[in-house]
Amino acid sequence: MIDIGLGHYLGLSSVIFTIGVVGIFLNRKNVIVLLMSIELILIAVNINLVSFSVYLQDIAGQVFTMFVLTVAAAEAAIGLAILVVFFRNKGSIHVDDINSLKG
Amino acid sequence: MLAHAIVFYFFSIITIFSSIMVISAKNTIHAVFFLILDFVSISCLFIMLGAEFLGMITLIVYVGAVAVLFLFVVMMININFSELKSGFLNYLPFGSLIGLVILLELFIMVGAWKYKPEFLNTSDLTFSKNISNTESIGNVIYTDYIHYFQISGVILLVAMIGAILLTFQKRDFLKRQSITDQVSRERSDSVIIKKVESFKGVKIDD
Repeated sequence: MIDIGLGHYLGLSSVIFTIGVVGIFLNRKNVIVLLMSIELILIAVNINLVSFSVYLQDIAGQVFTMFVLTVAAAEAAIGLAILVVFFRNKGSIHVDDINSLKG
Repeated sequence: MLAHAIVFYFFSIITIFSSIMVISAKNTIHAVFFLILDFVSISCLFIMLGAEFLGMITLIVYVGAVAVLFLFVVMMININFSELKSGFLNYLPFGSLIGLVILLELFIMVGAWKYKPEFLNTSDLTFSKNISNTESIGNVIYTDYIHYFQISGVILLVAMIGAILLTFQKRDFLKRQSITDQVSRERSDSVIIKKVESFKGVKIDD
């Protein structure tokens, strides 16, 4: 318990990952919380990469964390832009209303 | 050693608590604030691990940019968020079942996995090397990883253009540049040369 090793960080990151996945299941109506759950999943992956990089003394993991960060920022910007356009057109952010492509 | 453990448990309890609050908060604004708390404590964990540069970058990018973006969108969208919460309990059994299974799988994988002998113990970690964390990232990012770095810049550019194009609104009363119209203009469309006789003046219409 006292000796904090790699396993503790992996456990923490898997707990956060699971909370993110459960958040996607629970918030089926609110797209904003859905996007926040995706951010949680991405930061769980970041914790994994950083802790492995530190414990293996290899800097590559931290470089890849930066790239994951980049993609997360881009994804959030695009997702929120789509959300704003969707709200402008439909007047709601219900996930159930996003069915125009159903045909 | 003890200090490391105390700080780790402190920040990880805050992290887990605030992530649970993110997905279960009634008010979406509160969810965004808990997301900020989550990012701050995770960046503290990064700094504790010895990845100071990434801790600061996480603070800047996630708290300074992403969370504020979420906050702006939540405030801009005028909607009753409490009705979006309905159906939360309907999905709770199924969602927690899936979550439990995923957590179990992850823990089985982490627990059953044998650590390599060259893995370091926390007591062996050297935080004070001759070269700082930022310097060692900078040494590889512009040499070995230069292509990935450039591609990530292109991804950000595409995201920026996409976000601007998506949210762009056309308004009639605003005069904007029209490149094709401006370039295809001829001299004869806009300039006429007239001979003006003295004391008679000139009519522009004909």
